[in-house]
This record gives sequence, C-alpha cells and structure tokens, in this order.
Amino acid sequence: MTERARVPLHRDPKFRALVFQILALGFVVYGFYSLFQTTVDNLVARGIQTGTSFFDEVAPFQIGFSPFFDYKLGESTYIDVFFVGIQNTILVAVLGIIAATILGFFIGVIRLSPNWLVSRGALAYIEIFRNVPLLLQIMFWNFAIFLPSLPAPKNSIEMGSFYLNARGFHTPLPVVDDSTGFTIWIAMLVILCAGLVVFARRAKARFEETGEQLPIGWISLGVIFGGGYLLYLIAGSPLVFDEPVLGRFNFKGGGQLPLPLFSLWFALTLYTAAFIAENVRAGIQAVSQGQNEAAHALGLSRKDTVRLITIPQALRVIIPPTISQYLNLTKNSSLAVAVGYEELVAVWAGITLNQTGQALVIIGMTVAVYECLSLFTSFVLNWYNKRIQLTER
Amino acid sequence: MKLSAKIATTIAASAVAVAQVASAGTLDDVKARGELKCGVSGGVPGFSAPDDAGRMQGIDAAVCDAIAAAVLGDASKVTFIPLTAKERFTALASGEVDVLSRNTTHTLTREASLGLNFTYYNYIDGQGFMVMKDSGIKSTLELDGASICVQAGTTTELNMADYFRNNNMSFTPVGYETSTQTREGFEGGACDVLTSDKSQLAALSTEMKVGPEGVTILPETISKEPLGPVVRQGDDQWMDIVAMTLYALINAEELGITSGNIDKLKANPGNPNVARLVGTEGNMGELLGLGADWSYNAIKQVGNYGEIYERTVAKIGIPRAGSVNDLWTRGGILYAPPIR
Repeated sequence: MTERARVPLHRDPKFRALVFQILALGFVVYGFYSLFQTTVDNLVARGIQTGTSFFDEVAPFQIGFSPFFDYKLGESTYIDVFFVGIQNTILVAVLGIIAATILGFFIGVIRLSPNWLVSRGALAYIEIFRNVPLLLQIMFWNFAIFLPSLPAPKNSIEMGSFYLNARGFHTPLPVVDDSTGFTIWIAMLVILCAGLVVFARRAKARFEETGEQLPIGWISLGVIFGGGYLLYLIAGSPLVFDEPVLGRFNFKGGGQLPLPLFSLWFALTLYTAAFIAENVRAGIQAVSQGQNEAAHALGLSRKDTVRLITIPQALRVIIPPTISQYLNLTKNSSLAVAVGYEELVAVWAGITLNQTGQALVIIGMTVAVYECLSLFTSFVLNWYNKRIQLTER
Repeated sequence: MKLSAKIATTIAASAVAVAQVASAGTLDDVKARGELKCGVSGGVPGFSAPDDAGRMQGIDAAVCDAIAAAVLGDASKVTFIPLTAKERFTALASGEVDVLSRNTTHTLTREASLGLNFTYYNYIDGQGFMVMKDSGIKSTLELDGASICVQAGTTTELNMADYFRNNNMSFTPVGYETSTQTREGFEGGACDVLTSDKSQLAALSTEMKVGPEGVTILPETISKEPLGPVVRQGDDQWMDIVAMTLYALINAEELGITSGNIDKLKANPGNPNVARLVGTEGNMGELLGLGADWSYNAIKQVGNYGEIYERTVAKIGIPRAGSVNDLWTRGGILYAPPIR
C-alpha cells in the first residue's frame, strides 16, 4: 500500500487515464458550447430572430390532408401544423411497415421456391427495387405511372361506391348514426371476444391433455365476422355510410386515400420489401437442415415443421436487420415532398420553416421527432426480439 | 482518448471558423474570389433557366451578370447556384451566395426577421391562376372546391389561402417542392388549377404539352409581388452596389443608352447625365468602392433594362409596353433615382 502511494501522480496510469478522459470530455463540451454560442451570436448579429413564440401564431396556409386532426385555415396554429405533420408521417410509416412486411415475407419465401421461374422472378424483383434510388422510384410511380394512367375525377373508375381517379381513392366512410345502438353493439362485441378467449384457453388445455386439436384460428375468425354482423343487425344497424359524391371538381364526403399518399406508400413498400425479403431468405437459410430432418423424424407435418421449427428460429435472424429496415422506411417517408404528400418534413421543415425562418428551432424539433420515432420502433421490436430469443434452450 | 481530444479540437476550431464567416465585406470577398456567387431559381424560363449552351439566361440571371460586370469588369464571372424556394434564404444568410436574384417577393416578414435586405425590383408581378382551357372556367370565383397545385413555402401559398378564405371558398392545396413539379402535377391531373406569379404561369405554359393555347390564365391578379435581388443584412456598401447597378440599367434605358451605342456616347456624351453614367464625368464608381467604368461595363456587357426585358421576359409572351414594368415616363412604375 505505502509503496504504491509513493508512485508520483503523473506516472500513475489510472490517474493519467482519468485526467485524459476529463480533458477530452472538457474539449467536447467546450466544442459544442462554442458552436452553440457562435450560432446564437451570429443570429443576433445578423438580426435573425429565433425562439418558439411563433408556435401560437395562426398558420397562414392550408393543409389538404389531415385524417385525424381537424385542421382549419385561419384558426389552426403553427404548432398544429407540427402535429399534423407527425400524424401524416406516422400514418405512412405504419401503412408502409405493414405492407412491406407482408410483401417482403412473401417474396423472401418464394425466393427459396424450388420452382425456377418463381425464385428467379423473386430475385429479379429484389435486384430491381433494391438498386434503384428511392426518390426516383417515388417520382416514377407518381408522375410516370399513376398520374398519366388514372382518369380525371369526372371519368373516375367506379367500383360500387368506391371511386378511383388521379386525385386518389375515394371510399364510403362508416359514420355512427344511432349512438346507443352503437354502444350496445360494441359491448356485445367485447363479450363475444371475451368468450373466444375463454374458448381458446379451454381448447389449449384440452390439446395438452388429450392431444386433440381444434382449428381455433378459423373458428375465431368465423365467429367474429359472422357473429359480429349478426349482433350488428340485432343492435339495429347503428352505422350509416357517408358515400363520396362527385362535386364540381372532385368527390366530396367519404374517406379518401390521396394519390400522393398512395404513391409514396406504394414506392416505400416495394423498396423496403426487397430488403426485408433478403432478410427473410437469410433467416430461413440460417436454420440448419438438421432441424427439418429432426422434425420429420418426430413425425411433424410439413406445415407444423414450418410453423413450429423453421419460423421461430428464422425470426431470431430476421428481426434485428428488419428493425433497421423499419427505421429506414420511417425516415425515407421524408422524400414525400417530391409528390406533394404533407408529412412532417414537407409541412414543418418545409413550409413552416420557409414562412417563419426559424431554422434552428424547426430543424431541431424535426430531428427530435425522427429520433423519438426510431427509438420507439427499435424499443418495441427489441422487446419482441428478446421475447422470442427466450425460447432458446 | 487521444483521438477524441483531436476531434474535440477540430470541433472547437471549426466553431471559430464559423465565427469568421460572419464578417461583413462582401465586396472584398467577391473581388478576392474574382467571381460572383449568385443564387437563382434555375428553372423558370424568362427569369433564370439554362440555355442550349448551359449558360443561365433570364432577367434574374442578367442582374447577376450586371453586378459581376460592375464589380469585376466581366459579366461572365458569375457562378449561378440554383436554389429551391426553401433553400434560398438560408443560402444567402450563410454566405453560400453573395446575392439572391431568384424571383423573390419583398415582404415585411422577410425584411424584418430573416436577416436580409431587399434592394430594388427587377420585375413587378402578381399572382394568378391557370386552368386547362377545356374546363371552361372563366374566373377565380368559380374555383370553390378545387385542388390547386402550388410551390410549397412561397408567398403564393399564403396569398391563395387568404384569397379563398376572404371569398368563403374551400380548396385543397397540392404542394410541390419545385415549379417544374407543380407543372407536372397540373399536367397529370393531380390538381384542377396551377397558381403562381403570372409571369411564371406564362413561362410554365410554354413548357406544357398542350402549349400556351391549351390553357387559360384567369384574369384576376390576387396579390402584389415585387421581385428583386436580395442581400445579407449588415453590409450596406454591398447593398448599395447591388441597388445602384440595377438603377444604372434602368436609368440607361431612360437616357437612351444601349449596349450598342454606349461606346459612341462615351466618346461624345453631350448630356451630363449620360456622361456620369458612362463614367466620363464625376466619381460615381469611386463612391461605391468600384472602378469609374462600373456602369459602363454593366450596360455594355449586359444591356439596359429594356434590352434585357426584350431578350428574356418578352420571349415567354409577356409584353411590356404600358405594363407596370415599363418606365415611369411611359406609364409604368419603374422609377430609378438619378445617378449623380
């Protein structure tokens, strides 16, 4: 002890390491501080005002698409624009993630098909969509394919009460007509679902006891749709459908999937699905052939082998790289401005920034939103990934 | 550890570098560089669009040429930097360009909060609406419920919102990043109407498949759009140079000085106003920090305002005679202070 204490401080490796770390930290902090201070000083010197006081000012422009928030020209403020932007970003990201996952899984599986034509077709798909820049794809679908091929509103393609034209896809929208009837219907649906959960538990217990299997999935699906519709009639049909009606320029009323959203969704899905397909292929190929052979030896059917042996093990390989694809898709949605979809970067980091000039605040908030969305997505998926990893022995 | 210390030093050093960019003295910077960096739209015929040889042409581009001629003696020493509506002010404030000549409307908010100064106007415009001829629409008041293609983040977008609200009409905006995209959207049927400054509508209609005959530019003008070159705030000398160069071009037209006759007039000016403008009398250039032949170079190499207009904006089908963009002596409102 005493001998150690005699080592001069400047030759003590632990102490030196600490000093250097503190120095490095000090430099970094000072660096960021002076960057910030210089920015602020320069803004002041050039007479550029900065701050958050513009949040409550009325936004002087219109936003065309806001499915969940009510945006009203002349009343909504800049901060409302911010939330509308987040809403539209999340909307296209969620739609894109769902569609890209389904399509990617499908392409990834048929990529391994023993049929030459099918597997080469999947390969061609992957190589084409993975290797063309996304912005080009978005503009290609919107300006070169959809806009020229879809008709003007007056000559819309009619499918019952559904209409398709160059402005988008117009659908009837269910609206609550009789609110007591609607409450009764929802209550009955909840009871029905609770019943199904009990049924599923019983069926599982029975399977573990006797080995007798029931097609729980199909039964539940049938009961929910069939029973749900029956209960809807019993509750006195509490919904009416708001149908789109052709006005002077375009359809009014009903639900609308605007073309810019559709183009963006379409392009993001095709692009991301190509990457997910490769993840799926890699995941399936990572499961050793011995696992399949062992399953067959145990007498499992081909379906059960895929469901119980291949997929659970493949998922462990598929999920981590797929998380990055989900994050990429979310961030790539910011290319929307090219086709006029009103997501966060278009309305907030674009229009609002240009009208107020508050670059620092607006870009900072935009960065923070993408940061939060990405962290949230990876948090959820990492949780799921951990859960399926636990099944390993 | 050593690496992180290095990185920290680099960050600190770059912070100092950022601080130095903020200095005034655009004139010295331009002279030292031997080149003027000019922010333009780059995609609007008549204002700034590349010609067959790749050289930027148009009334906005000509202003930059004239400034380069006045400051550097050579109108070709301009680097044109195409900017979107969104990028333009940041590019100017950060020093990426020396002057912004990009059909930019002068407004109070921009003047007061963006750290920049407007000089004078090289084109006075107004916002209008364009529809397909076969729609049969004759007035903007028939546009209730229409989808309208617009360039996002412009005053155009705000004027449109005000106009429709004022007239109790509804509309759906379809906002694009560039004016080329607004045209593509309009042609493809993404919207019923295209709105922009009227000069731009005329320019865009020349690029459409149906041509100018296939569209109608509605008669109403819903806004005032004085467009002109913009400079950074806090450099008064540079602001004077840009403004005076523009005034010199307008005064030259008023006094009948053209790129063709300026050499003859320089040898034998007669009128003292002409003599001052061609640089044989007074010390106008010196007062601005430029050479005595600053205005001579600008007029000789680029032409007077009228010559510029005829070879740029007139070409896209907007006649000048009697319009607001004519000289005050001929019923317009173009009025430049005297060079004396």
